[in-house]
Amino acid sequence: MAQLFRPSSNVIAKLSIAFVLLLAGSLLAFAYIMDRGPWITSVQVAPEQPIYFSHKHHVKDDGIDCRYCHTTVENSSFANIPPTETCMTCHSQIWSNATATQPIRDSWSSGKSIEWQRVHKLPDFVYFNHSIHVNKGIGCSSCHGKVDEMPWVYKVATLNMNWCLNCHRDPAKFIRPKSEVFNVDYVYPANQAELGPQLVKEYHVQSLTDCVTCHR
Amino acid sequence: MLIGVVASLLFATACRQDMHVQPRYNPYAKTDFFGDGRSERPTIEDTVARGQLHIDQARFTGKIDGKDIDYFPIQITQADLQRGQERFNIYCSPCHGRLGNGHGMLVMRGLRQPPNYLDPRLVSAPVGHFFDVMTNGYGAMYSYASRVATDDRWRIAAYIRTLQMAENAPAPLAQQGANQPTTNTTAQPGTNGEPGGTAGGTK
Repeated sequence: MAQLFRPSSNVIAKLSIAFVLLLAGSLLAFAYIMDRGPWITSVQVAPEQPIYFSHKHHVKDDGIDCRYCHTTVENSSFANIPPTETCMTCHSQIWSNATATQPIRDSWSSGKSIEWQRVHKLPDFVYFNHSIHVNKGIGCSSCHGKVDEMPWVYKVATLNMNWCLNCHRDPAKFIRPKSEVFNVDYVYPANQAELGPQLVKEYHVQSLTDCVTCHR
Repeated sequence: MLIGVVASLLFATACRQDMHVQPRYNPYAKTDFFGDGRSERPTIEDTVARGQLHIDQARFTGKIDGKDIDYFPIQITQADLQRGQERFNIYCSPCHGRLGNGHGMLVMRGLRQPPNYLDPRLVSAPVGHFFDVMTNGYGAMYSYASRVATDDRWRIAAYIRTLQMAENAPAPLAQQGANQPTTNTTAQPGTNGEPGGTAGGTK
């Protein structure tokens, strides 16, 4: 009777084990990459907006402060999207016949909202408050990146929980003087290791890492 | 089995549980309930939200019996002037310029040039006038009432007075201002601690 397995079966058996391990590994890697990549986190993805509104132009070229439009950021948990009135403050005079600004005038005359697409979304089980962050020395650009260089705004941070905790565990690394919070060009000084803990103490910043801080 | 693993892994990354999207309205959320599609509703007519009762005529309109007031209805300290400076630089300087001379960046871009605060008409205008302009708009300028809180508008008015004073300050006072630390120079006229400071319009 002939042998059931030929000698080459040994190789095939070893290879198939390697193949299964490799497949399992690459599936895990695939899942991880998908989870952390732009498909899930939307990082670097700029959603299409109803108007070609450029933050780069308005912030960098025109030098308009963040708070000119996002007026509630210092007092409210939510940083508002400006009403059409804010756009019209200038665009009733500048580019007042341009096609690019037509949706603003349509909204102004019809009273219908401009349907901006949201870029930074948090799941509903997370509580986040803008005002406490900007009033305690966490700058806009620490989370939103260099918005003054974004023609269309996109996310630079994943907003994943580990990203939040990265700062909540050690705010001294990311804190800046209150006067610099709205400075989009802020660069952390070389002595951040000394300045950080000093500011944390001065502003009474607590390292809040209880679950209930955000999941309330 | 492999297909099952692939499917479950895909679901593990892509699925969204109910807790993610809870049955409530987030800011600006869309709704089908109201005709205009907005979940945020305007105040119902003849209702007053808590803290929004505006009975102090002078403070909330800048006028008494239709005439601009020429005093500050809130106390103006040096801290208020600094707050006024900060608010001025955010909301006013794009057009009026940081010096209030009407050469703001947006004017360079084609917006109609606002008057210089050193215009004699504005130097002699009562402070209530500036408050009224900020509150109700004037000429090409839109109202800022929804963007700048009432008391902040008074602080800005105080800072405008400071700008007017700083330009016309006699040499010794200007010199004294120049010797102050940078954060204090612009608030110089308020340092005497008087309510309203010297920046207030006095008759």
